[in-house]
Amino acid sequence: MRKCRHEPATQPEIQLYRTESRRNGITMNTRGIRSQLKDSVPVAGMCPQGAYGVQDSLRSGFTSVKNELLPSHPLELSEKNFQLNQDKMNFSTLRNIQGLHAPLKLQMEYRAARQIQRLPFLQSSHLALDTLRGSDEAIGFEDILSDPAQSETMGEPHMMVEYKLGLL
Amino acid sequence: MATLTVTRPPFGGFSFENCKRNAVLEGDANKIGFSLPPARKTGTTICGVVFKDGVVLGADTRATEGMVVADKNCSKIHYISPNIYCCGAGTAADTEMTTQIISSNLELHSLSTGRLPRVATANRMLKQMLFRYQGYIGAALVLGGVDCNGPHLYSIYPHGSTDKLPYVTMGSGSLAAMAVFEDRYKPDMEEEEAKQLVRDAIAAGIFNDLGSGSNIDLCVITKGKVDYIRPHDEANKKGVRTGDYKYKRGTTSVLSKVVTTLDLELMEESVQTMDTS
Repeated sequence: MRKCRHEPATQPEIQLYRTESRRNGITMNTRGIRSQLKDSVPVAGMCPQGAYGVQDSLRSGFTSVKNELLPSHPLELSEKNFQLNQDKMNFSTLRNIQGLHAPLKLQMEYRAARQIQRLPFLQSSHLALDTLRGSDEAIGFEDILSDPAQSETMGEPHMMVEYKLGLL
Repeated sequence: MATLTVTRPPFGGFSFENCKRNAVLEGDANKIGFSLPPARKTGTTICGVVFKDGVVLGADTRATEGMVVADKNCSKIHYISPNIYCCGAGTAADTEMTTQIISSNLELHSLSTGRLPRVATANRMLKQMLFRYQGYIGAALVLGGVDCNGPHLYSIYPHGSTDKLPYVTMGSGSLAAMAVFEDRYKPDMEEEEAKQLVRDAIAAGIFNDLGSGSNIDLCVITKGKVDYIRPHDEANKKGVRTGDYKYKRGTTSVLSKVVTTLDLELMEESVQTMDTS
């Protein structure tokens, strides 16, 4: 989607650039990119989820500036991004200690582990991912409170798979 | 609700969905003049002291809910691992859950390393968790134990700062208890002396602070042995009634007696078994 570097980049592309810059600056124009983009560290109100960058009232309901911009609790944003920030911190420490190849190898394994999951509306155990992160030996609030395996609602299968593939 | 199920699979942990609604409800309630019920706190006196062979932890046993005593005999000294115990002040639920989570994590960690857990590990885990939640988890803890490096005592504040000291107090009665410690603490005390000192410190908190009361619990941790003494001392005994308002039999004299029998016929008798499976 980005043809040459001096063109002004839009927000999603900037995010993509930042996550991909370590490996190579070149991105491929495939549909799969959109499916990788949409869950990367969302900032409220900046990237509306619908097509063409407009709010999608049918699927995401009415939007109000106050709801989008201000988090409802000071901890909300930091908790949403906590795992990502932890990983980033660990990778950069690892890079400083063991050199560039260590986080690269690990990130490759993370990507591979993230792909062996069930379809989005089913609960997958994340066993490989947990073992890689070391969180199979730790218990936190995410294991005790609002366990997704016990949630009372289930996602609509067709919609969730379409969303994951970026077809929505 | 619908959007959540489409865009993102549900994940565990704290959910902030209702925060805005709660803020609005609280605003409305305040307008009418009511206030929401306060969380149950342990408005407490807890303290710990390092003596020659180990650590003595002490706590009172009163839990308050606003101005009312919610629990006259609650246990504030929580188990973390066979050689580490932790006293908790602040919101009762927060201290309970935090200590249980850290206890589970320490157990997994010690199974993975194959060694007895260290107090510094527990301290680090607690401090990282409390800092992550920026003080919203209201748990002020006194962590003490004996490991391969000797006896250790830490105090951990709700925002995540910790102190490693030979004697610490926490809770609403901490100033009263600290006064006793500052006066009588000596390094390398004997066990009995240390127990008496902790008992006196907690008693000072009980008698001079409204949020602390009832009995004194002690926990003596030494290398290879833990003495959980509950209660060590009943400082506040509930009074025994000296008088009685019931009249004795024979106070009123009987003048005459008339007996009328009620004739009831048994119409039908049926037995229904309960399904107790």
